[in-house]
Amino acid sequence: MKNNRTNFPNLLIISLLIMLFSISNSSNLFAASGSGDEEKEEGSTDFIMHHIADDYQWHIVTIGHTHVTIPLPMIIYDHGELKFFMSSDFYDEHHEPIAHDGYMISHGKLVRAGAGHGESAGHETDDAHGAPTADDHEEAQADFLNLSITKNVASLFLSVFLMLITFLTIAKRYKSGVAAPKGLQSLFEPIIVFIRDDIAKTNIGEDKYQRFMPFLLTMFFFILYNNLLGLTPGAANLSGNIAVTLSLALFTFFITQFNGKKAYWGHIFATPGVPLPLRPIILVVEIIGIFTKPISLTLRLFASITAGHIVVLSIVGLGFILNSVAVGVVGTLFSVVITLIEILVAVIQAYVFTLFSSMYIGQAVDDGHH
Amino acid sequence: MEILLPDTGLFIFQSLAFLLLIFVLGKFAWKPILSGLKEREETIENALLSAEQAKSEMEALNADNAKLMAEARSERDAMLKEAMAAANTIKEEAKEETGKITAKMLEDAKAVIENEKRAALADVKTLVASLSLEITEKVLRKELSDKKAQESLVDEYVKDLNLN
Repeated sequence: MKNNRTNFPNLLIISLLIMLFSISNSSNLFAASGSGDEEKEEGSTDFIMHHIADDYQWHIVTIGHTHVTIPLPMIIYDHGELKFFMSSDFYDEHHEPIAHDGYMISHGKLVRAGAGHGESAGHETDDAHGAPTADDHEEAQADFLNLSITKNVASLFLSVFLMLITFLTIAKRYKSGVAAPKGLQSLFEPIIVFIRDDIAKTNIGEDKYQRFMPFLLTMFFFILYNNLLGLTPGAANLSGNIAVTLSLALFTFFITQFNGKKAYWGHIFATPGVPLPLRPIILVVEIIGIFTKPISLTLRLFASITAGHIVVLSIVGLGFILNSVAVGVVGTLFSVVITLIEILVAVIQAYVFTLFSSMYIGQAVDDGHH
Repeated sequence: MEILLPDTGLFIFQSLAFLLLIFVLGKFAWKPILSGLKEREETIENALLSAEQAKSEMEALNADNAKLMAEARSERDAMLKEAMAAANTIKEEAKEETGKITAKMLEDAKAVIENEKRAALADVKTLVASLSLEITEKVLRKELSDKKAQESLVDEYVKDLNLN
């Protein structure tokens, strides 16, 4: 009974925040529902995709026709030249994309002005400052390096900052000699011990796990922090971005390959217990296996986090699409439940990614005594 | 489909930031945390072990103490018995000695008394002899003061001589 009472305000806050979410996207949806059936469907999934995808500005809330956004810096490396802009340079006062210095943001992508998508591009070129260049969109995209501090990069920096603060603060307590855990330390210490004892030691081995602890701990907490940050209303969807999960999986991949012992490579190139005629087939399978591991890591994290966001937003969006208050109320309540499940998923995915990473590393560093 | 294409810029930032995190946290957070944890675990284990050891030591000490107590008690008993025996013998000896000394002293005293008695008797004898001689002399002198008496005496002696 007591627990219920203490949880109630939290639930209320969560549902309020989720409602805030829906309000911030309402104009989008209303606009969509105004048009024809075909467009309506497209528009409603658009707002979800817009949330899932990266952005050049940090959109917090839309009240009526006022968009509350934080402009973010944009860095472009174009043919040996570094260019700095603010994302606000690319939008006019009505929040419509405009061309600036030869570039423009079209459908969430920075492209050369005049090379944009479809019908809007021609219109926008008129007020562009720079000259329009390539006609082919694919070509235009590839010929400069976009190092902008996008919403996801900003969120990445935020999570790095939060992690540094958290763990450097905790580390201070350990430096001052043996003492009982206190405060934030008591929250993280069991997790650290769990990763050490139940993930690293069991999968890598008692004598070799130490070297990989910094990697595994950083991995776990990075994913956990960003999964949870991703559930915060208005936040970016960093750990559900494939570039991020690919980068994380590649870390595991390279660490695994560089630490591969004789037994590991022997297992791949001359699998023990396999008759010679079958070996070429097994070799192909094993080599494919090396690469499926990082791919599965990449896709698992990306898919589960992105899917969670899509489910929550879809349920919230139902009320607006069906234009029904009842569906909206039920949908909001249901999305609260889904959000709670998402918190669980956030922890599980961080655990699973770390667990599989340590298993792959464990296979690589194994000496071959079975 | 767009969300399945990794963005180059984000990939670069992510990789750099993650590398930075691994190195900074690895050096300044995970290292002290893990070594601190290890140190604490060892401290706790050692403390538990030493507590266990202290307990068993205490038990051994207690057993030792009991043994020592028993030993001390029996030793005390033995000492008491011995002391009592010693005291008894000393008493007996003293008694015997005293008896002997008393007897000897008595004997000595008797001997001294005897000697004194003899000496006194001898003195008395000489005194009596000298007194009787004096008296005899005085008596003789008085009796032989005249010629006649002297002659009678001489006669008497001569008579005696003759008789012999």
